[in-house]
Amino acid sequence: MSNSKTSQKIAFFFLFLATLLIIVPVGLIIVIIIQKGLPAINWQFLSDIPRQGMRAGGIFPAIIGTIYLVTGAIIFALPIGLLAAIYLSEYSKDNLLTRIIKLAIVNLAGVPSVVYGLFGLALFVVFCKFGASIISGSLTLGIMILPVIITTSREALESVPHSFREVSLSLGASKWQTIRNIVLPNAIPGILTGTILGLGRAAGETAPILFTVAAFYLPRLPHSILDQAMALPYHLYVISTQVPNVDEKIRYGTALVLLALVLIMNLVAIIIRYKFRKKKKW
Amino acid sequence: MVKFEIHDLNIWFGSLHAIKHVNMEILSNEILSVIGPANSGKTTFLRTLNRLNELATNYKITGAAELEREDIRGIEIEELRRKVGMVFALPLPLPLSVFDNVAYGVRMHGERGKKKLEEKVEEALRQAYLWEEVKDRLSESAFKLSGGQQQRLCIARTLAVGPEVILFDEPCSGLDPISTAKVEDAMVKLKEKFTVVLVTNNVKQAARVADKTAFFLSGELVELDNTDRIFTAPKDKRTDGYIRGKFG
Amino acid sequence: MRKFKEFIIEKLILICGLASIFFVILIFLFLLKEGLAVFKSVNLLKFLFGKNWYPISEPAQLGILPLILGSLLVTIGAAVISVPIGVACAMYIAEVAPIKIKEVLKAGIELLAAIPSVVLGFIGMVTLVPWVKAVFKVPTGLTALSGSIMLAFMAMPTIVSISEDALYSVPKSYKEGALALGATRWQAIWHVMLPAASSGILAAVMLGIGRVIGETMAVMMITGNSAVIPHSILEPVRTLTATIAAEMGEAVVGSEHYFALFAVGIVLFVISFAINVTADLFLHKKK
Repeated sequence: MSNSKTSQKIAFFFLFLATLLIIVPVGLIIVIIIQKGLPAINWQFLSDIPRQGMRAGGIFPAIIGTIYLVTGAIIFALPIGLLAAIYLSEYSKDNLLTRIIKLAIVNLAGVPSVVYGLFGLALFVVFCKFGASIISGSLTLGIMILPVIITTSREALESVPHSFREVSLSLGASKWQTIRNIVLPNAIPGILTGTILGLGRAAGETAPILFTVAAFYLPRLPHSILDQAMALPYHLYVISTQVPNVDEKIRYGTALVLLALVLIMNLVAIIIRYKFRKKKKW
Repeated sequence: MVKFEIHDLNIWFGSLHAIKHVNMEILSNEILSVIGPANSGKTTFLRTLNRLNELATNYKITGAAELEREDIRGIEIEELRRKVGMVFALPLPLPLSVFDNVAYGVRMHGERGKKKLEEKVEEALRQAYLWEEVKDRLSESAFKLSGGQQQRLCIARTLAVGPEVILFDEPCSGLDPISTAKVEDAMVKLKEKFTVVLVTNNVKQAARVADKTAFFLSGELVELDNTDRIFTAPKDKRTDGYIRGKFG
Repeated sequence: MRKFKEFIIEKLILICGLASIFFVILIFLFLLKEGLAVFKSVNLLKFLFGKNWYPISEPAQLGILPLILGSLLVTIGAAVISVPIGVACAMYIAEVAPIKIKEVLKAGIELLAAIPSVVLGFIGMVTLVPWVKAVFKVPTGLTALSGSIMLAFMAMPTIVSISEDALYSVPKSYKEGALALGATRWQAIWHVMLPAASSGILAAVMLGIGRVIGETMAVMMITGNSAVIPHSILEPVRTLTATIAAEMGEAVVGSEHYFALFAVGIVLFVISFAINVTADLFLHKKK
């Protein structure tokens, strides 16, 4: 008996050690980036264009470029993703078609991000002749985050109790009226959470925008959606691997801004989810 | 007057034969109670009358149910459900205010006028004997009402769309005796204007409020007669056994 | 009028419901459209098993074997590291950790999933790469090993969260039965919970590997990008993904090089498709 107790202690210790091996680096990464990046952050860094071949100045065009890209992606992906989620949660039957749709979503989520980049290049840049532009990049990112939005929205819709739908239908409301007036309003926090998570994902991705939009060095703001733009993740890639002799402070500062942007979005999503759970009335 | 006529009704869910060869009539301005043990098909029968069974995907039906001599499958589904309202087993307020709960169905049928909505809501709440208790709380969340109040709110919500028939699916199963008495009072008064079908597990409740009583067993209609007869001199031994079991 | 409006809306919903299928097919078609052209100048076997990748020499040599081996090496390395640690962490979170710590740990794992891969690549460059160089006394720290370690780390969120779900969905009665027979908690976890959750854990591992094979930026930044057949894990390698990302910028649209990179994309698409379908089968087998 004491033997098996001892082996349990040893086993649990190793499980704990494995957990530490994952969690501690996560904490370290964030601490290092904050510690080394914070000194670089000031108003000029955030609001100025890059200067001297990106070795000085700020990252304003990259921030703006990322905001444009993410906005474009969500304008495209939210309506399609939400309607697709409504289809799956309210209309689909348990049949082969539904199975195929679900498999397609899983696959869409699993396609490597660089393959999205190729696809965006072939379809939007070359075939549709949009060129390397904000619209090409946004559409590529939009398709990439579609699975996130569909999956989270569907969960949100399905968590609305079935009885609400029955009540609404039993009062003579049509199916769409029921969805519009009962199901959707009660799923909004979940849908919002999914949308923000999708935004965070789009903001941090580099590979899909490499050949569809990203400008290596464009020290001005984009003029239209058919213009190229800088973007934060690509900018970080460029100054850490392609440009020699960049002050480390600028690299860490850029990494910090990108990380903060993404983590704040995730934090907002988590807070919405948490508040909603507390307020939930059923 | 005959409200519903049921001809050789059969219902399956997948391979489960839930309702077997049921024939019956439901008269207007009467309370018909449907009793029977669990899984006897009484709730399925009730949900046939407003076609709520159709939400299940593996559902199959033969035979016919006619509302005033018109097959219910020929009536537009929203219109049928407006005419044949339903009150569920548990109080199920929608996550809206008291007022919006009662106004919900009316709005869905296209009524937008504020004045008209207010009239309908007040009338429905009065008919459900709830008006006096909630008239100052109309903008509060419906979840803040007590269980009995919530169930009467659900009755009012059903009444507001102007039904002809009201289906009650074990409406007092979640309520205490005092709330139950209030809901029963409301039901008895409702039969003056409406046809009421009441599914209940509580045989005493059937005896208290129903004019006629139907006994279901394993999907079959065993017996349908005046409530007095069912409880004093049932024709079928199985009815007798069930009622004695329940009382004894 | 209302009927008509609802009819239109419901058709729109159906169309969007089918959008995922449409996009998967669209992606595949466009990869084929651009990628198949390469087989005019090189046959499939030569492409897959050619030992030299010199896309811009004259004539170009388009063999992706070094890239496939590079991806394979990095992936195997990452799997060896991440599977035991990830599954152990999932066991700890699902079965051992007190409820409060559990929430913190789960949040930490979610946090890791949220960090952009380019940020991890950057951190890897400034911390991991010098470390590998110093510890293994190699001329450069930009090696397959650095890539494996980083990718193992990046696969953790997938492996941990899906394995944890799989462990969580094992009926409580299994564990209670084992405990009632006098087993310790560890014996119950090891002999009962783990086998019962095995198909879910297998799916978790496969999806984690799928994430590793598809990862681009971090791997490009820390594996050294040398497109030769690797002989040791302490040498620089170049993966399929990194090749596309690094070279597409210079490839001229419509050139042989451009077509070849799309053909690499087809290979990646097929691999990820196979992994996801198989993992999905495992996940469904469970139910």
